[in-house]
Amino acid sequence: MTYPEGTIIRYSAASRINHWITGICFVLLLLSGLAMFHPLLFFLSNLFGGGQWMRAAHPWIGCVLFISYMGMIVQFWRDEMWSRDDIAWMRAINRVIVNEEEGVPEVSRFNAGQKFVFWAMALLVPVLFFTGLVIWEVYFSTYTSIEQQRIAVLVHSLAAVGAILVWIVHVYSGLWIRGSMRAMMHGYVTPGWAYRHHRKWFRSLVETGSRGPVPRRQ
Amino acid sequence: MSDLQSQDYIRRSATTLTPPMARDHEQEVAKLIDVTRCIGCKACQSACMEWNNLRPEVGHFEGSYENPMDLSPSVWTLMRFAEWENENGNLEWLIRKDGCMHCEDPGCLKACPAPGAIVQYANGIVDFISEECIGCGYCVKGCPFDVPRISKEDHKSYKCTLCSDRVGVGLEPACVKACPTGAIMFGSKTDMTDWAQERIKDLKSRGFEQAGLYDPPGVSGTHVMYVLHHADKPSIYSGLPENPHISNFVGLWKGLIKPVALAGMAFGVLTGFLHWITAGPNEVQPEDDAEAQRLLHSADGPK
Repeated sequence: MTYPEGTIIRYSAASRINHWITGICFVLLLLSGLAMFHPLLFFLSNLFGGGQWMRAAHPWIGCVLFISYMGMIVQFWRDEMWSRDDIAWMRAINRVIVNEEEGVPEVSRFNAGQKFVFWAMALLVPVLFFTGLVIWEVYFSTYTSIEQQRIAVLVHSLAAVGAILVWIVHVYSGLWIRGSMRAMMHGYVTPGWAYRHHRKWFRSLVETGSRGPVPRRQ
Repeated sequence: MSDLQSQDYIRRSATTLTPPMARDHEQEVAKLIDVTRCIGCKACQSACMEWNNLRPEVGHFEGSYENPMDLSPSVWTLMRFAEWENENGNLEWLIRKDGCMHCEDPGCLKACPAPGAIVQYANGIVDFISEECIGCGYCVKGCPFDVPRISKEDHKSYKCTLCSDRVGVGLEPACVKACPTGAIMFGSKTDMTDWAQERIKDLKSRGFEQAGLYDPPGVSGTHVMYVLHHADKPSIYSGLPENPHISNFVGLWKGLIKPVALAGMAFGVLTGFLHWITAGPNEVQPEDDAEAQRLLHSADGPK
């Protein structure tokens, strides 16, 4: 993989492929799930070839997303670990929000907001997967009682609403912070971007002479 | 059933607008199943198969008169046989014709996500419109009586239609027609309730003090009602629910959560938009580039 000269590598090709498999699955699940959730959005079922196709496809897409998100956890969990710095950063969130980042504590590879999105999904995706299995009528309806299925469908819809809200935060952040979209699409950022948004990460790369995405092992 | 009459709906699944309902000058109907007069001959079961062209696969003898052992996509009504020992130590053979109760407040319809897949006509009949059914199984979760069954072949949900096609042209349901003892009656809901009261009076005079009508208020009454000799203990009749109602889990899922969730999502998107037009995009500034270059050069740059 070649990246333009003088840039910093933010995400490896494997990470990007993994991310976008997850992202595409999420959008498809969101559309089909909302169609089954609220009558006003049932028209979205047409995107899947009608209600029967949508009902049949939704759980399979969910399986792909679950496996894909497990891959995301394997790839990113180290850099997503919570630290003291994150609390300091959260305290300065009112300045981050208005794009005044001077004096905001330096951030390593991911900031507290990104970590929140990551761990919220790490919780919600398995919840959605397992409650989804319980209500997967075609294969699993006989393994649980109807009362258990009622609870599962309620938890599934609540978890889905939570995941969609987290996803809205995630997508908007990607649009708001210019350069993030290129990082996730093509894998690289400018040194200025790294300096502005993830200065601690940038310093660790510079100090170890790494081009990214992780510091060179000494 | 297919959609024969489409201007007399009182409810239509997953529909936020008022369904066509101008032709509502109809009496509410009811089927009255007098358990005390049933002899368990299964003529109703046969008539149901006959009229509806249902042929369940021939199964195995399971040591019970119950045959087949459960409702299925091709078994819409089923005689359930229960042996119950009463207070005097005598055996009572309780035979109940199971099937859709046609609730006034149908849980299946409430849970259904497919517009028009479940409808309720002005006469009270709850009907599945198969071409709209998506096979999700939500009706199963909505039903307090465990009635709908999803076919593994066509992934559609099936249950008793109360012979809506027969009733629509002024005939009684097939099971009613076939019953040799008059244990199954059909008519307006008021007539059936009145007739039930006479039967109950008679039963009480013959020692069944707890005789009564099963028309559960938890689902606002049903359009299939039972006369029971032991109305205080419906569960002895092969698990007839004591106080059926739409599960609170279903109520929450299909009630409050729907508008609150959509509003929450809309609020999230709107907040993002307001932020975009006030704070605006967060761009890398020339100073950032300069500082980054200074740092890179001071460390010999990345290798």
